Amino acid sequence: MSGAAHANDHGHGHGHGHAHGHGQDAHGHGSFKDYVTGFVLSVILTAIPFWLVMGDVLGDKLVTSVVVLGLAVVQIVVHMIYFLHMNTKSEGGWTFLALIFTITIVVITLCGSIWVMHHLNSNMMPTSVEDMRHAP
Amino acid sequence: MASHATQSLGDGADDRVFLDLEGEHHPEGSTMLGFWIYLMSDCLIFAVLFATYAVLGRNYAAGPAPKDLFDLSLVAVNTSMLLFSSITYGFAMLEMAKDNIARTQLWLAVTGLFGAAFVGLELYEFAHLIHEGATPQRSAFLSSFYTLVGTHGLHVTFGIVWLVILMIQVRQRGLIAENQRRLMCLSMFWHFLDVIWIGVFTFVYLMGVLQ
Repeated sequence: MSGAAHANDHGHGHGHGHAHGHGQDAHGHGSFKDYVTGFVLSVILTAIPFWLVMGDVLGDKLVTSVVVLGLAVVQIVVHMIYFLHMNTKSEGGWTFLALIFTITIVVITLCGSIWVMHHLNSNMMPTSVEDMRHAP
Repeated sequence: MASHATQSLGDGADDRVFLDLEGEHHPEGSTMLGFWIYLMSDCLIFAVLFATYAVLGRNYAAGPAPKDLFDLSLVAVNTSMLLFSSITYGFAMLEMAKDNIARTQLWLAVTGLFGAAFVGLELYEFAHLIHEGATPQRSAFLSSFYTLVGTHGLHVTFGIVWLVILMIQVRQRGLIAENQRRLMCLSMFWHFLDVIWIGVFTFVYLMGVLQ
């Protein structure tokens, strides 16, 4: 199976214009332009959330949290594309498949933990004596 | 693969060793995929630590809250250190592609220094917090904070150790295929740690100060 994936790599490898003919350019070296673009975007996407929080620009905490989280997600995607050279083609798509699988597991772990523990927290709070008296 | 299979069809039953017939650059191709899968499993470790922090992060036990502790300007400097180290590693990879050993070593050294600055600033922050009484055993918030940020810091520390070892390897053997492969693995590892740090500074520091 990996043999087929490897053959696929070679099929695509030259389309991207890499000079190296080995299997090493499976993830590519990227180009100078790629790295600089990624760096500039990252600086902007890092500076904005720090400015928003340190300067208290938006005033509302919920709005700021959502914007900051959104920018983090965008920056992670920028890093994946420009620094880690992620695409759907490398290794015949297997790296992308592994990434999708990992994101699924991470989302289940994070959302599940927060969800379950939040409910546990609000339902297991110590109750007052008055509440206990009226409990069924 | 198909051509090998057709070749080996007529050779009889004992011709089972098809791994040798795959050609010698096969291991390099699967190394990158294997290392990527390792990074994904590392990602799961961090996901679990993030989830722990999300659950415990507000249990201060009447101790200090993120707002009282975190110095965002220090975190901003720290973040820029890691970001700079990412692009300098990128430059090292570009020089490696051009087979320029001296320049590759130079950019690797710069990357290592930025990484060391990051770890140094983080240790300074931890020492400052502990000096103020915000030790890991003070509250559930601080326990989960030190575990998450400390695990990331340990990863960067071992990344620097790996970097130094690879610089010695490149110095001794040059940019041979094996060293190029190792440098590419470290490249993925290093950029991956920067990705994790985005989650840390957003979720732990920025959103912690917001609350």
